[in-house]
Amino acid sequence: MKELALMKGNEAIAEAAILAGTDAYFGYPITPQSEVLEYLALQKPEERTGMVVLQAESELAAINMVYGAAGTGKRVMTSSSSPGISLMQEGISYIAGAELPCLIVNVVRGGPGLGTIQPSQADYFQATKGGGHGDYHLIVLAPASVQEMADFVDLAYELAFKYRNPAMILSDGLIGQMMEKVELPPQKPRTSEFDQSWVITGKRPDRERNIITSLNLDPELQYEHNLKLKEKYNRMSEDVMFESLHCDDAEFLLVAYGSSARICQKVVAVARGRGQRLGLLRPQTLFPFPTDELARLAGKVKGIMAVELSTGQMVEDVKLAVNGRVPVYHYGMPGGKVHSPDDVLEAVEENFIGG
Amino acid sequence: MTEEIIIAGFGGQGVLSMGKILAYSGIMQEQEVSWMPSYGPEMRGGTANVTVILSDDRVSSPVLQSYDTAILLNQQSLDKFESRVKPGGLLIYDPNGITRHPERKDIRIFQVEATEEAARLKSRITFNMVVLGAYLRVRPVVEYDNVIKGLKKSLPERHHHLLPANEKAIRRGMEIVKEAKLTA
Repeated sequence: MKELALMKGNEAIAEAAILAGTDAYFGYPITPQSEVLEYLALQKPEERTGMVVLQAESELAAINMVYGAAGTGKRVMTSSSSPGISLMQEGISYIAGAELPCLIVNVVRGGPGLGTIQPSQADYFQATKGGGHGDYHLIVLAPASVQEMADFVDLAYELAFKYRNPAMILSDGLIGQMMEKVELPPQKPRTSEFDQSWVITGKRPDRERNIITSLNLDPELQYEHNLKLKEKYNRMSEDVMFESLHCDDAEFLLVAYGSSARICQKVVAVARGRGQRLGLLRPQTLFPFPTDELARLAGKVKGIMAVELSTGQMVEDVKLAVNGRVPVYHYGMPGGKVHSPDDVLEAVEENFIGG
Repeated sequence: MTEEIIIAGFGGQGVLSMGKILAYSGIMQEQEVSWMPSYGPEMRGGTANVTVILSDDRVSSPVLQSYDTAILLNQQSLDKFESRVKPGGLLIYDPNGITRHPERKDIRIFQVEATEEAARLKSRITFNMVVLGAYLRVRPVVEYDNVIKGLKKSLPERHHHLLPANEKAIRRGMEIVKEAKLTA
């Protein structure tokens, strides 16, 4: 029998980080994410794999340590929760500008400001539209189970190195704090097989020096750089991931990610039991967003509802994809309150069945 | 089979660890499981609760409005969750310190005098295992052997000398649980 562990989402991320051959973790504690750093400290990964785990003096320090370490071509990561991720935005923008791979985990809580420590999906805009200044995107993965919290760590690294771009796991307090069974992958070695030609680990005599910077004073160079980034972001659509639940014959469609998608799975099951043809599209990548799949489904259904723990963020991307073909609604609870399946079922009745 | 359970009580009663042992027991029986705690301000000196789901299928929503079983270990929890048991469902409570007893007629209600029993066993910390035993007697969702395996898995090894006391408490809970007689 496979070895199955019962773990919190945050612990699963931490264990998966060690197993994925992460070279270094830099972080700073904040609820509801603190178990990541706590678990790493207890596990002594410096003894297991030689991985560095360092509690920085602040989120600013942590992200800039990530920036520096990522420049050496290592697998590096940080994790935090909403207010801490906001503090990191300058560094994230620099890392995106300098085109360095790294992993940033955001276990989202309610905001704005210090907000609440309860789960929320209110950082969708920040995660998918850049977040810091400038024309950039992160690769954004949205786990909906503790298993995916573990699985997406290595996936995030793979994509980050494929595109030389920072990747974010966008989770929330619910998935971070809940325990489920997890099947963990085998230990990966701490050596990487990707192209190392760009790293700064000391100039060899047989090549020009490598420079990592996000500064281009010449507007012509910055212009070229922005177009190159844009081309890269377009290419990412080949790695879009989503899960379809009863979409084939759906008359009405829910779109939800992460913890809200889990709640919607039950909504779909109950609605199907009532003979209502409801489906669920669950984006696993939020950037790239499953735009093409949504556009295709928009040609088949009568209405679509985005269900998220916010006053309406992802719904904007849903509307762009649907492009006016069918009505698009939003249902969601902000502020750390979590909708129950019954709440969503009521909105389904109101918008779809009675509407 | 899907069993959706809420366990609620005071912080320190072992509500979360009882849920964890139940979830581990489910894994030992090759069930799908989820364990979702309340976390945050209420943990610091108020009520604690955890939703545990055991199922033969993939678990969908860990967030629920109503439950198959409610295990309620103080008055606040009883007041909050009695109405949220599904019709035909199960409510188990410890009458110790309860002034307003459950009143629903459309669910099955059981009492387990776990506080008293844990005191009698001279092992106050096994209170939650007495409750777990009571639950498993009424609703044997997991086989006893798997519960013991789950218990072993969820206790850190340095606490394994406490296994016999915990097993005894589970068995006592199974013996002393009784259907509540409604006075109203």
